Amino acid sequence: MLQETALTNTKAENKSLNGSELLLQALEKEKVEVIFGYPGGAVLPIYDKIYDSKILHVLPRHEQGGIHAAEGYARITGKPGVVIVTSGPGATNIVTGLTDAMIDSLPLVVFTGQVATGVIGTDAFQEADILGITTPITKYNYQVRNIEDIPHIIKEAFYIATSGRPGPVLIDIPRDIATAVTEVPEEREIYLPGYQPTLKPNYLQIRKLTEAVSRAKKPVILAGAGVLHSKASCQLKEYAEQQNIPVVHTLLGLGGFPAEHELSLGMAGMHGCYTANMALYESDLLINIGARFDDRLTGNLKHFAPNATVAHIDIDPAEIGKNVPTEIPVVADAKEALIELIAQEGKPPSHHEWLKTLAGWKIEYPYVYENNANTLKPQKVLEMLYQKTNGEAIVVTDVGQHQMWAAQYYRFGKANRWVTSGGLGTMGFGLPASIGAALADKDATVLAVLGDGGFQMCTQELAVIRELNLPIKIVILNNVALGMVRQWQELFYEERYSHSKNPVQPSFVKLAEAYNIKGYVIESEAKAEEVLAEVLQNREPVLLDFRIDANENVYPMIAPGKGINEMVGVKQK
Amino acid sequence: MKRIITLTVNNRPGVLNRITNLFSKRNYNIESITVGHSEIEDVSRITCVVNVENDQVIEQITKQLNKQIDVLKVTDISEQSIVARELALIKVLSTPNTRSEMNALIEPFRASIVDVGKDTLVIQITGESDKIEAFIELMKPYGIKELARTGATAFLRGTQRSSNQVKNISIV
Ligand SMILES: Cc1ncc(C[n+]2csc(CCOP(=O)(O)OP(=O)(O)O)c2C)c(N)n1
Repeated sequence: MLQETALTNTKAENKSLNGSELLLQALEKEKVEVIFGYPGGAVLPIYDKIYDSKILHVLPRHEQGGIHAAEGYARITGKPGVVIVTSGPGATNIVTGLTDAMIDSLPLVVFTGQVATGVIGTDAFQEADILGITTPITKYNYQVRNIEDIPHIIKEAFYIATSGRPGPVLIDIPRDIATAVTEVPEEREIYLPGYQPTLKPNYLQIRKLTEAVSRAKKPVILAGAGVLHSKASCQLKEYAEQQNIPVVHTLLGLGGFPAEHELSLGMAGMHGCYTANMALYESDLLINIGARFDDRLTGNLKHFAPNATVAHIDIDPAEIGKNVPTEIPVVADAKEALIELIAQEGKPPSHHEWLKTLAGWKIEYPYVYENNANTLKPQKVLEMLYQKTNGEAIVVTDVGQHQMWAAQYYRFGKANRWVTSGGLGTMGFGLPASIGAALADKDATVLAVLGDGGFQMCTQELAVIRELNLPIKIVILNNVALGMVRQWQELFYEERYSHSKNPVQPSFVKLAEAYNIKGYVIESEAKAEEVLAEVLQNREPVLLDFRIDANENVYPMIAPGKGINEMVGVKQK
Repeated sequence: MKRIITLTVNNRPGVLNRITNLFSKRNYNIESITVGHSEIEDVSRITCVVNVENDQVIEQITKQLNKQIDVLKVTDISEQSIVARELALIKVLSTPNTRSEMNALIEPFRASIVDVGKDTLVIQITGESDKIEAFIELMKPYGIKELARTGATAFLRGTQRSSNQVKNISIV
């Protein structure tokens, strides 16, 4: 009832609302579908209004789970994930998620409760200086000082979170502001003279790039998550095909270009494939579209693309030239830049030799593992999952070996099917993020591919999966170890497995059953066939405890400090 | 090398925190930072003196600063024709014996004595940072008890030599 009056009441007609009502009205105006929130003292006035709201509210079982779910939602939809938490501990519990969203450029609008204005600064009960804490990990943050500002601040926050390079925005709301009453203020235009993201590319740079392409002998496109954020995967495909340029992906960019396309070279980086890494190494023209040359991608910068002219298309000028010297800087939205590039109809490069070499490498050096009838290989599990979901599932991962295997073996045909914590590498991300992803695309099957370690960092969110009956297939690649740590200790610490092996584990199946979710232990390929055939048919949540070969390592690998051309484990011994 | 960057920023809560945070997060070395109102209402002016190893670092700093939503404009004015001033207060030991000798130093520097104690003087000096440093060196032998420097504040002179284009860090 409140909402109806609120929606029709766009003009300020001496209608009085309190701060919490203004907040919910603003969220409706932004067409928010879901709030991930957890109540507490400072946000009780807001929760009292949520009680009447039509917006779906999801109660995670820990605020960290809430914000990761919001990230999963944002990653799939491109819309901001909305989070509401209370002051103090509620607010500090979302710090990891904010940092994760900041580094992976995910749009979030996060509301934190705050103690009343009059006691701020007195170390009042559940007071935390959340503005101070979150300044370096938010794109922007606000504390509401006047109730009249609420609608405008929220409007601005949504704009900032989603425009330019997306990121998290936090709004801190003192308790008295949430209860104060005011007349609905007049709507104001957004005016941010210091924030004017450049969307259209500079024409001269586009010309320069087009000419460089026509002269190139070994061109390659590096497609990052910027392609996904700007919804440019169609344009990327069109441009790559028009110019016949092969495409390499970053970890976060997967899905921006169809994996089965003949111009696709796969993922580059620390655990990328031979062809992708060598293509970057050997290239004479490297066109980076929306990737930030992260060190996990480039390896030792001294050996990164040593012969290449580097072009970099990025909406964030600060990324250009930050790590890799760049000859052709293009500050623009990826889609706008690609549209301009396509319109040039430049002369494609003559690079038959290069394409032949790359095609040869693809055949010679695919991802390999040794299958073995006695053990269940994680790579095999992912291959089966890929086949049985026709490559159409949403795949959400945690962080570790399983994450890399998922990136290697699940071949994405479409954009926005892949949710992973890249820049921060946040264990505990996967399970809650899969909740947000499932809410974002209600028809999709969601595979939450997790390690046994990371699963235990946010297990409590099983309750939400059950409560909302989400079709999430929880795939635990259980090696009874912190596998990635174990792998590094094996390779770089003389097999001294300090605190990485054989932790005491609960029965994951029983744990799932405790939440009324069905679970299976799967120890063989045959069993996997049988169970997957059953559980992928239905829309029920399920937990699959795959007992994989505990000694399996992720290869290829570029050891820390090594160049992108110095992969090990490229070929079967 | 030393670089002087000036910023105009919205005068809003948290702005200075965001800027100093950025310096520490990115591991940049600030030598001094001054903040105050500008000629425009609600716009503050910040002058930062930073020590950087090369041009690439200064480019990153200016780009990162520019990215901040409340930062309206960032200019690296190091190579321009500028007016840069700093103020220092120096409390220095002084006895009747040394006082006239000190006066002889104060005058050419156009410094002034702003407080006289039983055995100390407080000297105020304004000028470019080099001049202030030179003066401090001269005062050292007398025994400096306290020193407070404001850090440089600066802007462009009215006329620029045309060859030196102002390095506005623009987006393209
Ligand atoms: C919050 C957090 N703590 C620690 C780490 C360091 N870390 C990276 S991978 C990893 C092991 C993950 O083990 P598991 O979840 O079992 O996955 P696996 O590698 O075995 O697939 C650890 C501890 C991290 N990335 N995040």
